[in-house]
Amino acid sequence: MSEHQEAMRFEDAIPQLADVDVPAELKDWIEQRMAMYPDRKSAIIPCLMAAQKLHGWLSPEAVDQVAAVMRLTPARLVSVATFYDMFELEPSGRRTIYMCTNISCMLRGADAVMQELERAVGVTNGGVSDDGIFLRSFECLGACDIAPMASVDGQFVGPLTVDDAKQLVADIRAGGEVLPAKQLSKRPVAVTLWEGGGKVGAYDVSDSASGAA
Amino acid sequence: MDDLLFHNIDEPGLATIDTYEARGGYSELRRVLSDLTPDEVLTELQASAIRGRGGAGFPMGTKASFLPKGDMDKYLCCNADESEPGTFKDRELMQKNPHQLIEGMIISCFAAGINKAFIYIRGEYEQQADILDAAVNEAYIKGYLGENILGSGVNVSLVVHRGAGAYICGEETALLDSLEGKRGNPRLKPPFPANAGLFQGPTLINNVETLSNVSHIMRMGGAKYADLGTEKSTGTKLVSVSGCVQKPGNYEIELGVPSREIIYGLAGGPPAGRQIKAWFPGGSSAPVLTADELDLPYDFDSMAGAGSMLGSGAIIVIDDSISIVDVALRTAKFYKHESCGKCTPCREGTSWTVKMLQRVEDGLATPMDLDIIESVCDQIMGNCLCVLGDAMAMPVSSMVKKFRPEFEAHIESARAARMPLDEATLTDELDLKEMAAH
Ligand SMILES: Cc1cc2nc3c(=O)[nH]c(=O)nc-3n(C[C@H](O)[C@H](O)[C@H](O)COP(=O)(O)O)c2cc1C
Ligand code: SF4
Ligand code: FES
Repeated sequence: MSEHQEAMRFEDAIPQLADVDVPAELKDWIEQRMAMYPDRKSAIIPCLMAAQKLHGWLSPEAVDQVAAVMRLTPARLVSVATFYDMFELEPSGRRTIYMCTNISCMLRGADAVMQELERAVGVTNGGVSDDGIFLRSFECLGACDIAPMASVDGQFVGPLTVDDAKQLVADIRAGGEVLPAKQLSKRPVAVTLWEGGGKVGAYDVSDSASGAA
Repeated sequence: MDDLLFHNIDEPGLATIDTYEARGGYSELRRVLSDLTPDEVLTELQASAIRGRGGAGFPMGTKASFLPKGDMDKYLCCNADESEPGTFKDRELMQKNPHQLIEGMIISCFAAGINKAFIYIRGEYEQQADILDAAVNEAYIKGYLGENILGSGVNVSLVVHRGAGAYICGEETALLDSLEGKRGNPRLKPPFPANAGLFQGPTLINNVETLSNVSHIMRMGGAKYADLGTEKSTGTKLVSVSGCVQKPGNYEIELGVPSREIIYGLAGGPPAGRQIKAWFPGGSSAPVLTADELDLPYDFDSMAGAGSMLGSGAIIVIDDSISIVDVALRTAKFYKHESCGKCTPCREGTSWTVKMLQRVEDGLATPMDLDIIESVCDQIMGNCLCVLGDAMAMPVSSMVKKFRPEFEAHIESARAARMPLDEATLTDELDLKEMAAH
């Protein structure tokens, strides 16, 4: 089926812009994004993500808004969204913790940290607390140098001790910065020290074991 | 040797174009555009013999030369999906020196006659994607990207595209589908992306680290670059070392140095009093090696010769305080979760392997289960559309083969710990055996 035929055939299933109340900034964002690709459908994933950020999850309303602006059926968008781990098709929290439990983090105690997070947030893996914290275990987040680590709304923190887990949740609840001393963006690279033969590493395991930053 | 990719990587402000230019950045792009032809650039890339840094190790210059000539839209996709467990080098490159990547991409586009470039970055790397967005914007403002770059008549556009969490999208054809706004299922090959890739156009796909090397290759000259490393594994390599070592981190090494030097010399070895039991030399898809294999040179062919692979250059160290059964189970669970489900051996094989390893873990297995695990793994290998299935089968079967006595001892002790078995579990076990026999 050509694109045109498809559009004709499913025309009725595409929400009309006139019927859907799309926030102006989301509409602009989607339109700009579509213009960046030879085929507007390439913008599906980024646009769904933008809608999710705005709505907190991919609610039917959020999906309809993207569908109306992109002129695609909600069914197509949902079929794409279900493939990807970062899309939430159920109501989610306002803050998100991804705790890495993959191999390098496991080797350094991730399971105990996850247990403490579950206790502190008051939910099990995949749950949302009453005050809106969403906690789930995640696959390798590409930060095994600070294992065991977590991503809090995209901010990578580690290496985490069990005490850090308590503090992390307390920081979220206090509404401030989360574990500022353990944010990846503030760390130097281990290898800088390699230049000139001085082989000093990123951190000492004993630090993480004793809970020092 | 001096480091290339990590040269003064922590220089404050390096992620901005002013600092990058102040250290000579974009001068290779200027020189290439004013003095060289695309073929001359391709010749240098081929002379460097640089092999892809994303996992498969295919020579980059050769791949770039596969793209058809002619006036049509052609695409470069930088693979920044970096989801192989244990790998975190591309993150560092993008976060600290994004212009090194962008300059390498523009030069590669020129060499292969490409006019549209994308960076497909995993969705979890939000901060790195923000940094790339800002850097791309700067490069447009300076006229390094866009139409008629530096008056050369060359046009290159570049878009940073964020994924949304799926390991399989690192596989190059799944990446293309994902970039087209679809579910990330791998495609059947042929056709190869060089002929029919993104939007069915000719497409070159390379890893972040591969592309970050390009400006250095041009500056040094391909032949000089090829002097680094070994004959068949040229250049430097970023190695992500993690797990049971005292100084996990990214290290830039010359290919061919002894593995021991990386794990002990750079990463500090395991904590005092512990011994290395096993190590993954190239991400969690690589068959594990043992402490006896630490003196192997760290390069593509030596790792392949030892029955494993250099892969993405991620070394994960496991010491003697860790149960190998835990490692095998965790590894298998990951690939089961990430299987896209398209091929039966991968979808079912990863699922059954997890079930059987869970039984080993829980003391419900017999040594026969280990044979079944090995046979399931054998049947996955080579029977799937992409190598994700193999990526579970290879490390798991290597662990069962190399550490069989430990698996058997675990089966015994875990079994003893659960005695007496209740009837429900026993029935369960019989069911499973029967199913496995069919
Ligand atoms: C399951 C799977 C996952 C992969 N993940 C990545 C990845 O995250 N990053 C990457 O660069 N290559 C990855 N690859 C390898 C790519 O398919 C491809 O070979 C590579 O991007 C080519 O770039 P290179 O030649 O510069 O290495 C993966 C392959 C498979 C089969
Ligand atoms: S091998 Fe697995 S991940 Fe790859 S295409 Fe087949 S089912 Fe999908
Ligand atoms: S295993 Fe946790 S970040 Fe890689």
